[in-house]
Amino acid sequence: MFERRLYYHIDWAMLAGMFALCAIGLAQIFSATGGFTRIYYTQIYGILIGIFAMGLCLTIDYRSLADKSHWIYLAVLVLLMYVLFFGAVRGGSRRWIDLGVVNLQPSEFVKAALALVLAKFFGESRRGAITREDLAIAGALTAVPLILIARQPDLGTAVTLIPVGFAIAYVAGMPMRIIGVLALVGVLVAPVAWKFALKDYQRERISTFLDPSQDAKGAGYQQIQARITVGSGGLWGKGFTKGTQGQLRFLPVAHNDFIFSVLAEEQGFAGVLVTLGLYLFVILRALEAARLAKDRLGAYLVLGVLASFTFQVIYNVTMSAGLAPVKGLTLPLMSYGGSSMIATLAAFGLILNVRMRRFTN
Amino acid sequence: MAIQEDRRRITIRLTVLQVACVVVFAALGISFWLLQIVEHDKYAEMAENNNQRTIALRAPRGVLYDRNGEVLVENRHSFTISIVREHTKDLDRTIRMLSAVAGLDTNNVRAIVARHRAEPTYRPIVIVDDASLAQVAAITARRLDFELPDVVVEEVPTRRYPGEGIAAHLFGYVGEVNDTMVAADDTLKSGDLVGQAGIEKIYNALLMGQDGAKVVVVNSLGREIRTLEEVPPTEGKRLQLTIDYDIQKAVEDGFRASRDAHLTNAGAAIVLDPTTGDVLAFSSEPAYDPNAFAAGIDRATWASLTNDEQRPLNDRALQGRYSPGSTFKMAVAMAGLEEGIITPDFQVHCVGAANFYGREFKCWRKGGHGTIDLRHAIEQSCDVYFYTVANLVGVDKINRWATALGLGVKSGIDLPNEVQGLVPSTEWKREKMHEKWYAGETISVGIGQGQVSVTPISMAVYAATLANGGTRITPHLLKAVDEGSGWKPVPAPAPQSKVELDPAKLQAIRDGLWGVVNGGGTGGRARVSGHDVAGKTGTAQVISNEGRVAAARSGKDLRDNGWFVFFAPRDNPEIAGVVFLEHGIHGPNAASVAHHIIDTYFAKKEKRPLPPAPTPQDMRFDFSDPYAVKTATPAVETN
Repeated sequence: MFERRLYYHIDWAMLAGMFALCAIGLAQIFSATGGFTRIYYTQIYGILIGIFAMGLCLTIDYRSLADKSHWIYLAVLVLLMYVLFFGAVRGGSRRWIDLGVVNLQPSEFVKAALALVLAKFFGESRRGAITREDLAIAGALTAVPLILIARQPDLGTAVTLIPVGFAIAYVAGMPMRIIGVLALVGVLVAPVAWKFALKDYQRERISTFLDPSQDAKGAGYQQIQARITVGSGGLWGKGFTKGTQGQLRFLPVAHNDFIFSVLAEEQGFAGVLVTLGLYLFVILRALEAARLAKDRLGAYLVLGVLASFTFQVIYNVTMSAGLAPVKGLTLPLMSYGGSSMIATLAAFGLILNVRMRRFTN
Repeated sequence: MAIQEDRRRITIRLTVLQVACVVVFAALGISFWLLQIVEHDKYAEMAENNNQRTIALRAPRGVLYDRNGEVLVENRHSFTISIVREHTKDLDRTIRMLSAVAGLDTNNVRAIVARHRAEPTYRPIVIVDDASLAQVAAITARRLDFELPDVVVEEVPTRRYPGEGIAAHLFGYVGEVNDTMVAADDTLKSGDLVGQAGIEKIYNALLMGQDGAKVVVVNSLGREIRTLEEVPPTEGKRLQLTIDYDIQKAVEDGFRASRDAHLTNAGAAIVLDPTTGDVLAFSSEPAYDPNAFAAGIDRATWASLTNDEQRPLNDRALQGRYSPGSTFKMAVAMAGLEEGIITPDFQVHCVGAANFYGREFKCWRKGGHGTIDLRHAIEQSCDVYFYTVANLVGVDKINRWATALGLGVKSGIDLPNEVQGLVPSTEWKREKMHEKWYAGETISVGIGQGQVSVTPISMAVYAATLANGGTRITPHLLKAVDEGSGWKPVPAPAPQSKVELDPAKLQAIRDGLWGVVNGGGTGGRARVSGHDVAGKTGTAQVISNEGRVAAARSGKDLRDNGWFVFFAPRDNPEIAGVVFLEHGIHGPNAASVAHHIIDTYFAKKEKRPLPPAPTPQDMRFDFSDPYAVKTATPAVETN
């Protein structure tokens, strides 16, 4: 199944970029948590297991995976259902399956599963153009896991599924007219959603974002502190482990959601540019893989996986600078979190898989 | 064809996405550039304010020593409990919890916090001054549990005064500076403790020291992580006072005996070195406990001090004005002698009363003193003699010589808020009352009644001037200052004035004063064998006899005031001073108190064991109130 020549087609440059980001993340976790702590080692294990998962995703031809995509999709849905009823509760939401040694967060794996099933759905469509029925089915495939995750509740992760559906549908040829209509509907629905769909704390977060000072001690606190953290970094930063905002816990979860803020504080604008450059490099290399893909299935799969990754990177970085409402969205490849790391690396396994097999039949 | 079409579309849309990604990342880069480069200074400052805290380290005030190096006032460590609101999420929760833990009234704590609401949030709001160890322990335990992260316990130096209000009015007390003082003096800042009375006030600049500061790094819970820099506080300068603790204690013990005997608990006493003006002892009774002010006085204590009818906060030694009574007679005698109107041999025949300007003036001895000269008139305190002399001399000459001896003027002592007494003159009456002085008014002035009023401190100067032969020394309290390089003596201030007195004439007065104590006079109780104590009693009415009868039912204490001015030994005096007992009924009662003081002085000088604190019985106070019988007021106490 795994032929030797495929080895030469692995995108080593993109891999190098990814591991550079993992290393930067690990260093900042070291700094933010105060040395060789349990968190630091957990992250290393996460990376190692992630590399293993990536290898696994490489070895199996993506087309065979796509053939089984509906099973994978269903399996993930079952896990999500299970979490909803039996998941471990932490901080008021059920997101984890307690496996004793580790906690598994199934929602992290939904992204790849959704990308697979949507890629297969659009990639195997024999029709020339996408019909409204196709879009409806794609929408439903996206909506089911989205609602399940949103019920945990974990609105942040749930929202990352939307770019997956959109990116694939867009490249698969969704008519611009429909994009326009959807945008219009979005604008019209927003106030209704504001009123009925959002919980109080979610509304509060958004209104606080618009004016952080109205709640400087509560929800606005993190946003103000994030800006202070980033802004005080300056051009060259305060130096590794020399940051005050993260080190003294003015910014919460500095090793997790706000790892980029800590990076900006300690490594300065220079560090920010290097890191953003690495992310952009990885994203553009992945888009290149989509362009090079042998078939539509491959291109869509790459796009689906990349869409949630890119969305999360952009959102988290924006939030890290205090420029977006605070959501529990991690920065892929850098933030602390085993499930996220494993799922992200495994998903990139799929991207490598597509690029690697562009010449095979 | 369809496949070709597909390819083309995918390629175009991928390119769109590619461009979109680049644009978004460029926008992110620009955002970070704005935050990190353009607005860096602003955020750097905010980050610093976040994590750096400047903590004031209060400087201990200078220690006060007595003339022999004994510590009078020092500092102890006390703990304050404060709330720092900077990172408080729920202030009311903190207030409730702190109140519960420290056993405070929640509403009081709320009121304190409300008063300081407008201050910057990083400035601690002091809730408890001088917290008990139990409170400190309880708070510290909660802090370790992160339950009260916004409550801080600080150790601050606090004044410790000798117990029982010893020399309270001399030391004064400290209190938080008020806004007007801060505005007037830029070395002061809000929250500083400054002297509010006494030595603490007048030498505040020396005593205050320089507060230090500590810049610390704190974490988001307000806990100190490390110290960035520390400027230690500079202790205030040490001051050596002219006070002799043993003499001071003798004064206090004398007053205690009077209080314990239920004679009176009010009065004043000052003991001076008549050659230098060194104040050896200084007391005003009743006193207060300056320790109650040291860490901020509570409202209840303050209210009880200000509402007390005895006015313990008043410094009677400097601010009380009383008729001197017979103690004034030496001034009248001096005026007569120095103006050449009488000689020491001038004689008057006393039959118990005399008539001046159509009015009868009585002598205190009903039967009269017979024919009497100056020495014996002083010794026996014959009123008729001094009526006669005063009448001959006239009020303006009495005024001139009383002033030269120190009466009716400020002493110039280095304590705040001294008031001036009054020795009348024709000019004074014309200016103040727009009236002519009547010669008949001079008669009562001759025995220190009428318009004459003096402060105890001026009486001490008066005694000293008689003792040293005409030099009106300036009483002072500061003997030496330690500026950090050892004791530097402070030269005695220049005398207020000096007159040349004829030694022979002065000797006549001194002989009379010697007789008061050692002859058959009224001051016999002040006698200290082997030492020629000279002195004069005075029993001064606080109200006329008629007035006293009329006011009998008011319940006010209208008993006479008792004075005793003294110096010793008669030749080459070493100490001079005054004892004043407010409502002490008789001058001789004051002489009893003075005896203990003089006895202590000589015992100490001769290195004998100091006499024990006198009991009320030792004092042999005379409680018989000659007017009480007449007015028959049950309120006047007899013992």
